[in-house]
Amino acid sequence: MDTVQRPHRENLVRWAGQRPEVLVLSADLTSSCEADGFRERYPERFYSFGMAEQNMMGFAGGLAREGFYPFVHTFAVFVCRRPFEQVAMSIAYPNLPVRLIGFLPGITTAGGVTHQAIDDIGLMRLLPNMTVLECGDATEVESVLDVAQGVAGPVYVRMLRGEVPRLFDPAEPLVLGRSRLLGEGRDLLVLSSGICTEEALRATQALRQRGLAIGHRHVATLKPFGDDELAQAVGETRFGVVTIENHSTIGGLGSAVAELMAARGVGKRLIRLGLRDTYAHGASRAYLMREYGLDALALTRAAEDLTGERLGCDEEALAQVQLETAPAAERVEDL
Amino acid sequence: MVMLGAAGRDRNDMESGALHSEGRPGADAVRRIADAVRRRVLEHTLTNNGGYLSQACSSAETLATLYTRVMRLGPSQAPLVPRPFAGVPGPENPEAFSGAGYNGPRAPHLDRFVFSPVHYALVLYSLLIELGRLGAGALAAFNRDGSTVELIGAEHSPGHELTAGSLAQALSQAGGIALGRRLRGETGRVWVFMSDGEFQEGQTWEALAALAFHRLGNLGVYVDANAQQCDGAMEAVMTIEPLAERLRAFGVEVHEVDGHDPEALAVPAAGWGRGDRPLVVIARTDPCRGIDLLRARAPKLHYVRFTDRQDRAAYQRLLERLRREAA
Repeated sequence: MDTVQRPHRENLVRWAGQRPEVLVLSADLTSSCEADGFRERYPERFYSFGMAEQNMMGFAGGLAREGFYPFVHTFAVFVCRRPFEQVAMSIAYPNLPVRLIGFLPGITTAGGVTHQAIDDIGLMRLLPNMTVLECGDATEVESVLDVAQGVAGPVYVRMLRGEVPRLFDPAEPLVLGRSRLLGEGRDLLVLSSGICTEEALRATQALRQRGLAIGHRHVATLKPFGDDELAQAVGETRFGVVTIENHSTIGGLGSAVAELMAARGVGKRLIRLGLRDTYAHGASRAYLMREYGLDALALTRAAEDLTGERLGCDEEALAQVQLETAPAAERVEDL
Repeated sequence: MVMLGAAGRDRNDMESGALHSEGRPGADAVRRIADAVRRRVLEHTLTNNGGYLSQACSSAETLATLYTRVMRLGPSQAPLVPRPFAGVPGPENPEAFSGAGYNGPRAPHLDRFVFSPVHYALVLYSLLIELGRLGAGALAAFNRDGSTVELIGAEHSPGHELTAGSLAQALSQAGGIALGRRLRGETGRVWVFMSDGEFQEGQTWEALAALAFHRLGNLGVYVDANAQQCDGAMEAVMTIEPLAERLRAFGVEVHEVDGHDPEALAVPAAGWGRGDRPLVVIARTDPCRGIDLLRARAPKLHYVRFTDRQDRAAYQRLLERLRREAA
């Protein structure tokens, strides 16, 4: 397996080719959100709104009322924070088919706290009618537009840009409401999303070598949440569940799993890895994942906590894990 | 029904007038409609022991002019007795409906109406009744549980197309509608009724910039500039003046008119619509127009609640006098 350079950029141009009803709306971050290819190819379907997201959301709602499908491209923070009320009232309440494509999830950017969307999934999950999707690799980036377009109402897509690993077979696209089985085992269950799935793959491989039977599922549909297979796996786990996500532990995957476990009466422990009710700061992705405990090492420690065993999975052991996937090269991102 | 006597009987004059300028009512007829709207809003303010009365005073002529002399609307498609609330829009609710049918059918050549300051809902309902688009009994459901004739209207309320209650969000949505209509080659225009307080929100100015930038010459705005807001006089809360100059600087066509003069209100729209500039008509209005009793309450005019029985009785006597004068 490998990494793919800017998969959304090419995919959007290809995908929108035979869909004249698809428009792209942008707020001065067109290249940064890989919509520049679309702008060049279909200028008559590209609309620039400048740095004015509140108004852009209203225009998107109005266009959707007229039968168009606006794909709003901007950073996730500028989808979910500044125009939250506009998304709620001009798009979500009337259940309009606007597709909100949010870039720079969590600590994937060195841009610091202003650019790091650590609360977007929670905010969008809160909105009635909103479907929430998160891409974990290039295959999901390439298939998420079809999934979004299959939803009658509004969709928030937590998108990846730049160099994106290919973890999943392109023949196995993202499917709405279905978590992806990455490993079976009933000692404990790992549920991961977004860029944390790559870290989880590394950790689960090392832990399996130490005899632990670990179930692992990747979650791309955060809302509606909880397919039957996932719920069954949660119910069958012996020690408990670990969630790992590039988001606050409040409101995202960990919260969704906690809600599901409580509702189903699953009396097992749950460890939620993610940003623990804290903001982050500007630094490299690897540095921040280590600092805030979103990486493979944090996951092995959570496994030790749940099982009560010393598993001996240190940094050195994890470094020796050879994933079938190539990790994304570290590089400074353009803002 | 002002013009016509019994309730809602007389829609034909108005409806045909709305479609053919030669048959449109004159300024006096529009004034009579506006006065009837004021009386009806006063009556319901008395019935409910409170209401958005000053908004009727300021906006009655503007809304009446829009409906009878500016907008090209077809006949109402909606029942005279408003349907009860059918639930919020959503994937599980195909029953949810829009109140836009009261403004006629959707057609490429017809105009669309976007009502932004939806706390003026009672004024709009009352106007729809005077125009025969809504039954005279519709206000029996006003602010009643399970009704769509809500205190602050939403997109299911008669005459409403958007859920605009947070204010200053409708203009952007209307911009999207106007852009969509232009993309489809439709000739119908989009009219937005706004309140002046909405020009305090940054989103309004974002929207104006975008309307001008994208050359949306198919969108027109009428602003009820009554200079009042919830906390009192706008000049004391946060001024938006000089509004006309600010709007012109944003690149839209601006007219400033006496908002109680139907002729002056209609003129800007008549001379606009073939270019690529959005239109804004600032209707300068008096929030106590026609109900002088209100002046004693200034600057607290936003929502009228009667202080005691005497106060209420004074408004009751005024209503009776206005009815006699109109008879």
